[in-house]
Amino acid sequence: MRAERGPLDYARRWWLRAWLAATFLFLYAPIVILVVFSFNDSRRNIVWRGFTTKYYLEAWHNDSLIEAFTNSLVIAVASTLLSTVLGALLALALWRFRFPGKAAVEGANALPIVIPEICMGVALLVFFSRLDLMGGMGWPWSLLPVLIGHVTFSFPFVAVVVRARLEGFDRSLEEASRDLGAGEWQTFRRILVPYMRPGLVAGALLAMTLSLDDFVITFFTSGPDTITFPVKIYSMVRFGATPEVNAASTVLIAVTVLLTVIAMNLQRRSSAREGMLP
Amino acid sequence: MESWRAAPAVFWITLVPGVVWLLVFFFAPLALIWLLAFGERAGPVAIDITWTLDNYRQALDPLYLGLFWKSFRIAAVATAICLVVAFPVALAVTFADGRVKPLLLMLVVLPFWTNLLVRTYAMIAVLRTRGYLNSGLEYLWMAAKTVATPLGLGELFGDRFRPLEILYNDPAVIFGIVYVYLPFMVLPLYATLERLDRSLLEASLDLGASHWRTFWRVIVPLARPGIVSGVILVFVPALGTFLISDLLGGPSSQLIGNVIERQFKAANNVPLGAALSFLLLYATFVALALWAWSNERMRRRAG
Repeated sequence: MRAERGPLDYARRWWLRAWLAATFLFLYAPIVILVVFSFNDSRRNIVWRGFTTKYYLEAWHNDSLIEAFTNSLVIAVASTLLSTVLGALLALALWRFRFPGKAAVEGANALPIVIPEICMGVALLVFFSRLDLMGGMGWPWSLLPVLIGHVTFSFPFVAVVVRARLEGFDRSLEEASRDLGAGEWQTFRRILVPYMRPGLVAGALLAMTLSLDDFVITFFTSGPDTITFPVKIYSMVRFGATPEVNAASTVLIAVTVLLTVIAMNLQRRSSAREGMLP
Repeated sequence: MESWRAAPAVFWITLVPGVVWLLVFFFAPLALIWLLAFGERAGPVAIDITWTLDNYRQALDPLYLGLFWKSFRIAAVATAICLVVAFPVALAVTFADGRVKPLLLMLVVLPFWTNLLVRTYAMIAVLRTRGYLNSGLEYLWMAAKTVATPLGLGELFGDRFRPLEILYNDPAVIFGIVYVYLPFMVLPLYATLERLDRSLLEASLDLGASHWRTFWRVIVPLARPGIVSGVILVFVPALGTFLISDLLGGPSSQLIGNVIERQFKAANNVPLGAALSFLLLYATFVALALWAWSNERMRRRAG
């Protein structure tokens, strides 16, 4: 028998459900269509003419596309490592210490998160051109401007995430460790790092997705001879929507969805593990 | 929390890398373009800082002010649509069953993990003249015509399907902004609605208020912090967008972001671009200050 609907059971109201369904349709239909039509055996890309993977093969044999994809992955991995270290250190400083000018540091950390991306993009473009870093350097140094840009907008996010995790830390554990004779380093390695780990993992995955998702900063900081994936797709899109673009986009979506699923599993596992502790 | 003097070595080791990185790769570049906004072009790349105000004067002439106004209007309309669409969604997620709630939240967040360019590209594929939306409509048109013709109503449909011209204009840009930034509106709304004390809603309903009245007089006022955060999170990036208007907009739907981009790339007028960027930055700061002020006022009223 169906339970009586309570007055606050808004989720059971049909119009609210219809609204939710329509919103998800709006959010997902374009992406799903894009993925489905990457397997469509037709140049015109509108009418379904049968399943094929030939556009993936074409994309695979498109050397500049593969080069762009490799560049983006190298940048994402390097940016993740650097951002996680920088963000975690800053989070530790802000969490542990009282110091003059702390509010200013907090504000400075929030600024890259809130200012319009285009302002940061053009500022970095001019800055790197002045330093003569845009172009003229061989691989992998040519990726340096994009990498620096990505770290600059990613590590403040990591700092926020790790600090939120640290706020739940019982400081008496740290004191106990010191009272029992552990030094700074030992306390850090044995007590703080294990506690921070879920925050570090979440921050690292956030940094990775931010890097893979970015277009604006990458667009402005990649020099004439550095091709990254979004910039490559941008130039392909300007020539028109082709099945290769669909295929390449699908690969990028798959990579980010995979990362998100891994992140969620890790988080679930770590919260389950904590639940087992007394 | 301890004073930094308790462990100065640890303090410096943890604080310095991040702060130096921000100073060198964030504040120095911003300072550089702030300075260049007061410069004059002295060659293809050389710019002399002459402390001229001409760039700001040019940036404030009616042409660019009109663009600012247009960007502002488009961002405002898109933000309003996001709010209207997102509020029922946040409400549905808040009151959803505990088991489906994480799934619904994930469905809201997942598009946000997809590259901005890919999502904008998906919009082009859907909206263009020979895109999926028009093909879908054409299919419906054919079906309707097949049904109507034996009834003698075939005339009504004309002899050819006329595709809708829905791409490369301002509504397409607004559509694209809503599509890209909708999750930014849902999440803060959900966060405030989730914390809302449900007994207040029950009290309102028990005292005879209708659902409609409860919504406007209880839920909306209590959700204000979430509304304000969501509006800021959508409005700020929408104001500075250039990719969405570049790919979905027509020749007349260029926004301030596109003009800035052009000054730094094709037009190579860095001083003017720098002045425009800083005006955009100041506009953002005004929006953020209003947000902080509104938060402060709400806190004071609550306390």
